[in-house]
Amino acid sequence: MLTALDKKLLEEIADLHGEPPGAFNIRKDGKGIERRSLEGIEITPKKDQPGIDVVVNEGKEGTIHIPVILTETELSDLVYNHIDIGPGADITLVAGCGIHNPGSGKAQHDGVHEIYVRKGARLIYTEKHFAEGESSGKKVLNPKTVLVIEEGGYAELELVQIRGVDQTTRVTEAEVQAGGRLVMYERLLTGGEQSANSDVVVNLMGEESTARIVSRSVAQGNSKQSFNPRLLAHGPGRGHVECDSIIMDQATVRSVPEIWAENAEAELVHEAAIGKIAGEQLIKLMALGLTEEEAEEAIISGFLK
Amino acid sequence: MLVLENIHLELETGEKKVPILNDVNLEFEAGKMYALTGPNGSGKSSVARVAMGIYRQTKGRVLFDGEEISELGISERARKGIGYGFQHPPRFKGMPVKDMLELAMKYSDNVNCQVLRDIGLCPDEYLERTLDNSLSGGEIKRIEIATLLAQNPRVRIFDEPEAGIDLWSFEQLINVIGSSHREDTTTVVISHQEKILNMVDEIILVEDGTVSMRGSREEIWPRIKESAECSCRYSCQLGGEIYADCPR
Ligand SMILES: Nc1ncnc2c1ncn2[C@@H]1O[C@H](COP(=O)(O)OP(=O)(O)OP(=O)(O)O)[C@@H](O)[C@H]1O
Ligand SMILES: [Mg+2]
Repeated sequence: MLTALDKKLLEEIADLHGEPPGAFNIRKDGKGIERRSLEGIEITPKKDQPGIDVVVNEGKEGTIHIPVILTETELSDLVYNHIDIGPGADITLVAGCGIHNPGSGKAQHDGVHEIYVRKGARLIYTEKHFAEGESSGKKVLNPKTVLVIEEGGYAELELVQIRGVDQTTRVTEAEVQAGGRLVMYERLLTGGEQSANSDVVVNLMGEESTARIVSRSVAQGNSKQSFNPRLLAHGPGRGHVECDSIIMDQATVRSVPEIWAENAEAELVHEAAIGKIAGEQLIKLMALGLTEEEAEEAIISGFLK
Repeated sequence: MLVLENIHLELETGEKKVPILNDVNLEFEAGKMYALTGPNGSGKSSVARVAMGIYRQTKGRVLFDGEEISELGISERARKGIGYGFQHPPRFKGMPVKDMLELAMKYSDNVNCQVLRDIGLCPDEYLERTLDNSLSGGEIKRIEIATLLAQNPRVRIFDEPEAGIDLWSFEQLINVIGSSHREDTTTVVISHQEKILNMVDEIILVEDGTVSMRGSREEIWPRIKESAECSCRYSCQLGGEIYADCPR
């Protein structure tokens, strides 16, 4: 049974009100508690380690929710999920992790997602992180996503973490084969003493493989952020990395994009920028009657949209 | 309605302070339309920015409805009913046009969403667009005008609304500024356009950081011609020397 707190966490990370539509697996405090497979979308628990296998048949369309929630303190949850999107399938997959840490111990979730987007398949993947807690207990999230996009496949990843998580190291590794396309949006906001690291490696393998990585972040308080997106073209691929950060207060942001080409037909571009909110933007919104704080909030929420 | 009294303004450039405005005195009445014109760099935008509270005058007072507002910040002045459409509107990554218009209407009693159409932009096409570099200069400028129309303040200051606007939209711009002007509003248009100068009740000429003249079009026009010759002298000097055939 889901408690009111569980439901709130699920709402935050997966926009779920009540039972999810389509196939789903809800994992709570280290155990799978509810699950539904559908014809052509099979979800089964792994036998040898914690986690699930999600297998989507060829040509299948649908939505899958696989959220994880943690509601206990002093809990370390580790999970391996294997996701296979069959050829030509069209799937929206909502992952994400919500932590409510009631105590002063650490609550940690480390998740490894291995995702295969088979030939000509299409995947929209969103992963939201949310954390809260009444006392000082640290909330730690370390997601790792390993993605293979086969010929002509398309994957769009949206990775979002707005406040709450004390410490995160996110690793994303993708291999994009010929004619495959990857689009990755990352949105991050840290404050207080929080820290966040994001390491991304995208390997463009074949002809006409493309990748676009857009990372937007806001660092407030004493928080620290570090980005290391790497885009490697082993063939005639095309890619674009864009890292854009707003820095405030006493925060630290480090952004080290790398592009690497091994083929004369490759086209790679990277852009990285760190800066404070432009004075004219604040003034413009204040001239509409907003206070400085409201103006800041409006600028940040637009920026992270 | 809005009074600038004995305004002096100095701004810092590098380590030294430079005088920008020098003893500006202006009164704007309700129901009237004004144009502020004058050479580039003469201080027109600075006058507007002082009225809005963006720049703080080094001397002098700003009054609104008879009350001194010199100490009020930008937001407070906006909520009292002063609005300023920027000459160079900033761009906002990720913010849709729709959100900007909603923010503009937050502190006004305006619920008019027609403003985009008024300025010749189709809402279906523009409401969801983001205010970043994907919009052209003219589009950004028209959205800025729409934002001021949406805000619908009692004192509306348009700063060169015609800049970057195409010929077709220019007619529309003139019409909407005229038709949205009411008995209880004061409209101030900073402009270099003859057509705009022709539509107002009074023209204010700003030169060298001060108001050099105010009056009707007929009164002001000869003076504008004369200033045009003055500025020619400066452009000649830019070439390194004053050319012999210069007017002065
Ligand atoms: N923030 C600032 N810091 C320093 N100097 C400034 C600043 N803003 C304006 N100035 C200077 O003040 C003077 C007046 O500028 P202002 O923008 O008011 O002119 P303007 O009459 O609006 O010109 P234009 O017709 O080109 O818009 C100029 O010399 C300008 O360089
Ligand atoms: Mg100006």
